[in-house]
Amino acid sequence: MSDFTNDHMLLVILGAAVATYMTRIAGYVLLSVVSDIPPRAEAALNAIPAAVLTTLVAPAFYAGGWESKLAIAAALLTGLRFKSPLPMIAVGWSVVMVCRYFIIG
Amino acid sequence: MPESSEFSSGVRSGIVPALSAAPFGMLFGAVSVTQGQSVFETAMMSLTIFAGASQLVGVELFGQRVAPWLIIASVVAVNFRHVLYSAALTPVIAHFSLPKKLVAFFLMTDPQFAEALKRHEEEERVTFSWYLGAGLVLYVLWNIMTLLGATLGGFIKNPEALGLDILLPIYFLSLVMGFRKRPNYLPIVAASALGSILAYATVGSPWHVSIGALAGILLAALLPPAKGKEAAQ
Repeated sequence: MSDFTNDHMLLVILGAAVATYMTRIAGYVLLSVVSDIPPRAEAALNAIPAAVLTTLVAPAFYAGGWESKLAIAAALLTGLRFKSPLPMIAVGWSVVMVCRYFIIG
Repeated sequence: MPESSEFSSGVRSGIVPALSAAPFGMLFGAVSVTQGQSVFETAMMSLTIFAGASQLVGVELFGQRVAPWLIIASVVAVNFRHVLYSAALTPVIAHFSLPKKLVAFFLMTDPQFAEALKRHEEEERVTFSWYLGAGLVLYVLWNIMTLLGATLGGFIKNPEALGLDILLPIYFLSLVMGFRKRPNYLPIVAASALGSILAYATVGSPWHVSIGALAGILLAALLPPAKGKEAAQ
C-alpha cells in the first residue's frame, strides 16, 4: 500500500483541478473540432455520471449496518417526492440517529 | 444596463443557488477533515476544483486510499457533464473575449450554467459583468463555507456518533436520482449497482468504482438509443 504524503495529496488535488478545468472547456474546444457524435457514443457519455455515482451508493448500502440500509431506503423514498437533496439527507440522517441512540442503545 | 448594475443583477441571480449550495460546502469541509485531510488541502480543493459533487467523491476516495489516477478519473467522470454544459454555453458567451471565456468556464457550475441559459432564453444579453457577479457569489460563499466546515470538522472525533457517515451515500443517491429522466436510467443504474456490489464483494475496494461504472456505461452503449432524445433535436 503506498502512503499518501502531503505533497502527494496536493499533487492529486491539483491534478483533479486541472482535469476538472479540462472538462469545463472541453465542450467549447470540441465544438470547434467535431460536429457529430455517434448515438451510441453519446448514450455512453450520457450514462457516465449516474453510472459512476451509483457505485458510491450501492456498496455503502450493501456493506452498511441495518440502520444505514434503512436510512438509505428512507432517503430513496423521500427523493421520489422532493427534488432537492436536503430533505433526503434530513430524513436519512434522522433515521440513522434514531436507530443508533434509541434502538441500538 | 451599466456595468455595475449588470454585476449586481448577476449577484442577485447567483445568491439563491449560492445559499442552496452553502450547506454542501460546509458538509464537504467537515467530511474532508474527518477523512484525514488538512484544512489547507480541503481549502485548496474548493479553491481549485470548485465542483462540489466531485470534491465529495474525491474525499470519499482519498479516505479509501485509492490510486491517484483513479481518483482523478472519478473526478472527471462526475464532472463529465461540464463537457456538455460548455458546448451549450459556447453560443451564449460567444461575444466574450478569449480570456473572459476562460474565466467564465472556470466559474461554470450546475447553477451557473442554468442561470446563464435561463437569462439567454429570456432574451437578456449575458454580459461578462452579469456572469461574473453570479459566478463570484457562488465561488466566494462556497469557499467560506468550506473553511467553516473544515474548522468545525476538526473538533469531531467520532463521525458515526453524529451520523456523518450516512451523509455522503445519501448525497450521492440524491445526485443519482437527479438523472432519472435520462434515457434508460433504471437499467443503467441497476447494472452499475449490481456491478459495483459484486466487484466490492469479490475484487474489493476501490475496483468497485470503475467496474460498476463500466457495467452501466457499456449497457448504455448496447441498449437501443432512446427515442425522446431524437425528438428533441
